[in-house]
This record gives sequence, structure tokens and C-alpha cells, in this order.
Amino acid sequence: MNPIMQKGAGSRIPLVDGIEKVTGRARYTADLFAPEALAGRIYRSPHAHAEILELDLSAALALPGVVAIVTGEDCAHPYGVLPISENEFPMARGRVRYIGEPVAAVAAVDDATAAKAIGLIRMRVRELPAYFNAADARAPDAVLLHENRAGNLEREVHNEFGDTAAGFAGADLVREETFHCAEVTHVPMETNAAMAAYDPERDQLTFHSVTQVPYYVHLSLARCMNLDTSRIRVIKPFVGGGFGARVEVLNFEMVCGILARAARGTVRMKLSREETFLTHRGRPETDIRIKVGLTREGKITACEMEQTQRGGAFAGYGIVTILYSGALLNGLYDIPAVKYDGYRVYSNTPPCGAMRGHGTVNSRFAFEALLDTMAKELGLDPIAVRRKNLLVAPTDTINGLKVMSYGLPDCLDRVEQASGWKARIGKLPKGHGLGIACSHFVSGSAKPIHFTGQPHATIILKLDFDAGITILTGAADIGQGSSTVITQAVVEVLGVDYGRVRVIANDSAITPKDNGSYSSRVTFMVGNAAIDAAENLKKILIEAAARRLQVEPARVDCLGEAYCVAGEPDRVVGFNEVVKEALVATGMLSVKGTYTCPVEFQGGKHRGGAVGSTMGFSYAATVVEVKVDEELGKVEVVKVWTALDCGFAINPLSVEGQIHGSVWMGMGQALSEETLYKDGRHIAASVLDYHVPTIIESPDIEVHIVESIDPNGPFGAKEASEGSLASMPPAIVAAVYNAIGLKLTELPLTPDRVLDALTGRRRPGARRKEQAVEREAA
Amino acid sequence: MKTIVPIRVNGQLREEAVPDNLLLIDYLRDTLHLTGTKQGCDGGECGACTVLVDGQPRLACLTLAASVAGSHVETVESQVKNGRLSRLQQAFHEKLGAQCGYCTPGMIMASEALLRRNPEPSEEEIRAALAGNVCRCTGYVKIIEAVQAASAAEEVAS
Repeated sequence: MNPIMQKGAGSRIPLVDGIEKVTGRARYTADLFAPEALAGRIYRSPHAHAEILELDLSAALALPGVVAIVTGEDCAHPYGVLPISENEFPMARGRVRYIGEPVAAVAAVDDATAAKAIGLIRMRVRELPAYFNAADARAPDAVLLHENRAGNLEREVHNEFGDTAAGFAGADLVREETFHCAEVTHVPMETNAAMAAYDPERDQLTFHSVTQVPYYVHLSLARCMNLDTSRIRVIKPFVGGGFGARVEVLNFEMVCGILARAARGTVRMKLSREETFLTHRGRPETDIRIKVGLTREGKITACEMEQTQRGGAFAGYGIVTILYSGALLNGLYDIPAVKYDGYRVYSNTPPCGAMRGHGTVNSRFAFEALLDTMAKELGLDPIAVRRKNLLVAPTDTINGLKVMSYGLPDCLDRVEQASGWKARIGKLPKGHGLGIACSHFVSGSAKPIHFTGQPHATIILKLDFDAGITILTGAADIGQGSSTVITQAVVEVLGVDYGRVRVIANDSAITPKDNGSYSSRVTFMVGNAAIDAAENLKKILIEAAARRLQVEPARVDCLGEAYCVAGEPDRVVGFNEVVKEALVATGMLSVKGTYTCPVEFQGGKHRGGAVGSTMGFSYAATVVEVKVDEELGKVEVVKVWTALDCGFAINPLSVEGQIHGSVWMGMGQALSEETLYKDGRHIAASVLDYHVPTIIESPDIEVHIVESIDPNGPFGAKEASEGSLASMPPAIVAAVYNAIGLKLTELPLTPDRVLDALTGRRRPGARRKEQAVEREAA
Repeated sequence: MKTIVPIRVNGQLREEAVPDNLLLIDYLRDTLHLTGTKQGCDGGECGACTVLVDGQPRLACLTLAASVAGSHVETVESQVKNGRLSRLQQAFHEKLGAQCGYCTPGMIMASEALLRRNPEPSEEEIRAALAGNVCRCTGYVKIIEAVQAASAAEEVAS
């Protein structure tokens, strides 16, 4: 069977834009044909923290071929993804706060000239004390990175739901543990790039970028360039991955726009891989202290967590991250009491942001890892312990989140069976072990970042004389397949052939606004909007068919490519004829569909209560088999069995692909990935030094799809791209514990850390902490 | 210094004036506008720029254009023949071996080199051949499936 001929929702169709990708025809930002474009380059701070005394551009400006140079003086408007914490400028103003922060930018006739000009820029500074970890930044005498943030705290969160003291008092076993997670980053394979075409005659800007959030880029360009939004057109071409790196407006995008206007023309900026690492916005270095209470039978009685995140030099999504990390302790299991204290700290390192599994991953790692060792202490099977603590949907969590569908029990059954858990646990060869962990994630935040009163998602279907259906969407396909899912939703409702449908996405001059591809919102929200639009169009087509067939609309059956009188298949009219009829007296049809998350889903009433709120949680359970080499300290993942409740798989092929990528990225964080800074300088800013897993160390991943059919999801669907990630690091750590009885509490499990733990030698992390204490003492 | 360098690219003889320090990737992308070949790193880290030089996989970002004078360079753009996707392109498309698609041209060219020298590779041989090609989307699972499917498709054809 040709898979392309399958219909609608539930079909394993290839990506609708897949042909372009395998042929090399897909145009990414760096591929756009623009022979007129000047080359843009950024001059970045070599200092981790310093006051700028003088910026001497004279030699650079004098270089032949240099067209324009811009600096922090060219933009006094701070921006940031959260309206409550806009504290970043496209280029530093007065002070630099991390090594790599943009200070100035050059537009020149070619790359070589731009690079040479960058080398001629001179900056004189007064160095300030710089802080590369949260403890140093929080010291009482530390210089503040941002004057209005005492103690360099971007945000602290304190909340308690239920009575944790009573919960711990009622527990048979209470254990407390500390965990440390290294900072990780996204490494999308496409390096950062943008192209800004400024039209000086019309004072208009056309902008292409690698973004996941063209709408936010649009708003921020208007703000930073002091240009009316109507004068800006933002287009997102093919984008080579995101994983959260591009869910906020990035400095180089603003710089590119400002530089193009200064140069009165087109500027293309292609960042190196090293610069892409420095742009960062990844998952912060995190320290966690967690305490859990369990009854003898394994019922969780209370959980208490204190978490500190080293957030980097600017706010970004930081407030949301520190809130998510506490809020999503709930919603996975039935826990009667949860206390959370979170600290988001500014530091002189590149800004952190949202990364796949935003906010949940490190919290989930600590929780699941502790639960695993406590189960062992009680002599309980770790799967049985999870079964003791299941929710029953629909339900509200203690912090005001709604759980409408809950496939976790099925996920546990599936991976227990598939992995042969009962028969194999404890009976594997020496050095082998099995571990399990669970996780969950939101299907989009029910409350948007920018409150506009508008629907959460809008889709337009255009239908004209040619009888082709054009889907207009602002949803950003970054490889996750959003255009494909939207197409499937429309095809499912209208029943037409795929060949009749095309998608035009992400051109602000043509497509409706979309908030962007983040927090796994697109399938759920845009999918529902697509269904709504298709149903609205279907109604019009049924009425037109009824006129042609001379019956009441209620008697018309939609057959997809034709319409007929119900029960009389001979009285039939083809789709093109129906369209002709539908266009009479009205002309081109432009039909809209929208989706809005009802207010009761938008979270608890407490401060920050909207974070974590969603229409539907995905659920995951993952079993991992590892092999540990105790001589080399090497942990190898032999096999992964993972089950995800995605509500309904609109495209099972895509769901599998998303789950593969998600658990694999979790494996990277668990085993090898780590940004490394020496005195604030990134010393692992390459794909190799950062240790993205290659095909050699990547295991077979067996995926099981669980379909709980969510009452509000499109065809019952929920998200599928993020929920399984957070189960991986704790499942791996549990498997190592099962294999060699070693409790590991620091990610990633690099051979040096494993060996240190094995031999009881002092760890690099411990040494770092001691040095900090020594410095303070001195 | 520029030299006229004859290079056969995707079957067509090109004779461009090429600076001595021009990398093959920039020659392909900027001089010939063959942008299917991607740059994903700062040199030799990711494999996205893999092309075939006289049938052998090479990283275009670590190769000087002038050094392949007289050679035949094949890029992903050459893989559609007579309006048909190659077996690897078809398999990467249908098996979802490509998600964001950025590593895909390099993956396909490295796999093409593999299947030419070893039409029925084992999983281990596929892994070895693609060890220098990094993908951030797929966990490599469906990439391996795609190469296996392409290999099987060739058997049927021959």
C-alpha cells in the first residue's frame, strides 16, 4: 500500500514537506538566494562582567567595504520573551554580563571584510567581579548583575499545597537527597541565522529567521527598532530544529534588523556553531535538595523540594522555568502534599531558557531517582510503587491543574511487559541493570505568555476557483511535523485527497498569527483550530451541494471528493462542482477556525499558578537496560522501552519519531552532554566537545503508543514530543543502581563522575563547592 | 590567488575561477548555488556537508575546492534521476529518516557511499558508516531503518 494514499487522522503519512528535505530543495535561512545581501557579524564581549568605558569603532569604520556598524547605542529598548522581565538589549549598553554577549555588529560587503572589521573594534572596560555559579552570585556582597534584583535572584518561589509536615509525620520512610544537573543546551543541527531586508524608501522590513516563534520576533523587532508592526513582515523558512533554543527572541535577530536599517539594505547573519552555543537558552545548571515520604506499602505521603537554577545573565524564560520546576511535581502521581522552594539566580554565563521538557526534567530526575532507591529500601518493586500512586482522571491536582485523561497505568503495563521486567530484573548478567521512571508534560500552556484576549490558535482555509484547499497557518514547523498534522486534521474532516491540500505557513503578510511552536502546544491547539476551520468549510460545502442536488442540507452526505444524497449514491456531485456552486455570488472562500483554552483550565489562583496549566498532560513510562563497565566508569544504554500516552496518534509515524528523539535527548543529558565554562568562557562550544551522542552510542528504542483519547484534544490527541524526555535520566540512573548498586546523583554520568562515585574519590563538583567556600573564607 | 579549476559537479563540468583558500562547501553553496549541502558546525564536527568525491564520502567543509580539481563531486542535488527520488531519498522520506531535514543531505550522501561499496550492510556497518553524521531529531532509529529499507529496495530492483 502506498502510505500517501491513506486518509486523515491516524495515518502513518510521511511529512508533507519531506520531499524538499530529502532532495536538498528545502531552503533554510542560510540558503535563501540574496546576492545583494551584506554580511553581518557580531563583536562579542571577551569579558564575563565589566563596565564598558569606551568602544572605539574608528579603525573598523575606516576599513574599505564596511557599510555600517551598530552598537548598544542604536537600541535603548529592552526586550525579553516574558512581558514581566524584559531586561535584555540586542547589544550591551554600558555593561557586559557574559563572555560572548553581543556588543556591536558590522555589515560589510563580504564575510572576510566583516570579520576583519570585528578584529579592529577596541573596547576599554573596567572589570567587575563575575559569578559563574549560583552560590557565588547569591553571596551577600556580590555585585548585582541587574540593579533591581537583590541577591542576584531573578525570582524566588515558595509554595506549599497540602500539609507536608503531616505527610512526613505519617510516613514510614522519609529520605532526603541532593542532586546536581549540569547545564545542557539544544544543539539544533542548523546553526543560528537571520536575514533582514530593509527597504529605506518605504521604511519597511522583511525578516527571515530560524525562529520557532515568528510572532514574538515580529513584536520584538517592532519594539527594538521602534518600527510600527505593520511595516514588518516576518517569514520563517525551513528551520533545522529548535528544541526550545528558538522559542524566544534571540539577540542576533534583533541585531540583524537594526544592522540592516543602519546599512539601508539587506544583511544576512550566519552564526558559527560556537556562536550558536553562546546564544544558548538551554536548561540551567541545577542543584536540588528533595525529601520524600513513603508508607510501608509505597504510597507517597509528601514531597519537599528546594531547587536552585543558575540562570545566566538575562531573564529570558527564567521565571517560567523556576515555576514549572515546582508546579510539575504535581500532575503525574497522586501526592497529597508538596512544598517547593525555587531560586532562579543571575550569573555571568550565557542566558538559559526553555529546553525540551521545559522546567520538568531536572525536578523529575531528582524525584524519580529518590523514589527508586526508597522503593529498594522498602523492598518494593519500583513499578509497583508507581502503581500505588496513580491518579484517576478527571481530577484536579492540589495546585489547581486539571488532569482530563491519564494513560500512565497502560504505559506502565506496556513497558513492564515489553522489557520482560518481571522475568529479568535482578537476573541479568554482571554489570547489566534495568531501571524505570515516569514523566509527563503539558500540551501547551493554557494561559498564553502575552494576554491578548484572542483565541489561542487560528487557521484559515482558502478555497477558490481551482478547488484547491490552501491551509494558512502561523504554526512554525521546525521539523516536528506541525504542517503535516494540520493537513491530516483538515483531510480527516473534509475527506478530500491530500493532493488537493497545501499548506502555506509562517508569513506574517499572509498567514494568521500563531503564538509559536513551544510547550508542545501546536498539535493540541492548532489541531483543534484546524478541525474547527474544516468543519466550518464543510458546512458551506454541504449547503452548496444541497443546492446542486436540490435537497435539504441535512440529507447531504460528504464523501470527500464528492457529495451525494444520503442513501442515494447515484445522486452525486463532484467536489469541483460543489466548489463552483459554493463560490456563486460570494467568490473566494476564506474560512476561519479558532481554538481557545477555557479559563477554568488556566491554573490555580496563587501567584504563578498559570504555569503548568494545560488542557491535557501526556504521560510516559520508560524502562532502560544499561551495561556498566566498572573499570572504565562507562555507562552504555543497551535498549530502551518507552510508552507514551499521547491521547491519540494523529500520525503514528511522527509520534514514534518524536518519542525516539525525545528519549534520546534525555539520554544525552543523562550520559554525556554538558556545557562547560572556565572562568565564564565556554570551553565545549562544539558538537564534539559538548558530546552530542553519535549513532554509535545510540541504542534501539522500542516505542509503545498509548491512546487515552483526551476529551478535549483534536481527535483525542495530546502532545507527543516532550513528555517522555524526563523519564530517561532517572531511568538510566535507576538502571545503574540496579546493575551495580551505585547511587548516582550528578548528571551527566560521564566516566569521571562514575569512577569518582565508584572509588569514593572527591568529585569535581564537590571540589568546585569547596573552592567556593574557601574563596568566601579568604 | 584565483585559479580556473575544472570540477565535474553532478555530472556537469564546471570551470570557475576559484580562490586558493575556497572551501568546497562554499564553492558548492556560494559559487554554484547548490545549497542542498549544509554547514552545521565550524569544521568537521557534524557531517552535514558530506558529499561524494569520486564516489568517496568527504566533508566539504574540510576540503579545498582547488584540491578536487579533475574529480567528480556529487551532492544531494544529483540524487533525483529522471524525476525519481533515489532509493535512499524515498526511504528517508517514507520512514521519517528526516525530521528537520538539516542533517539529511549529509546522511543520504554518506549512506549512498555505503550502499555503493556494500549493498547489504548490517546494522553495525550502517552505524559505522554514519558515525560522523550527527542528527539531533531522530535518535538515529529511523535513519537506520531508512538505510535498511533502501538497501532492501535495491535488492528487489536488481
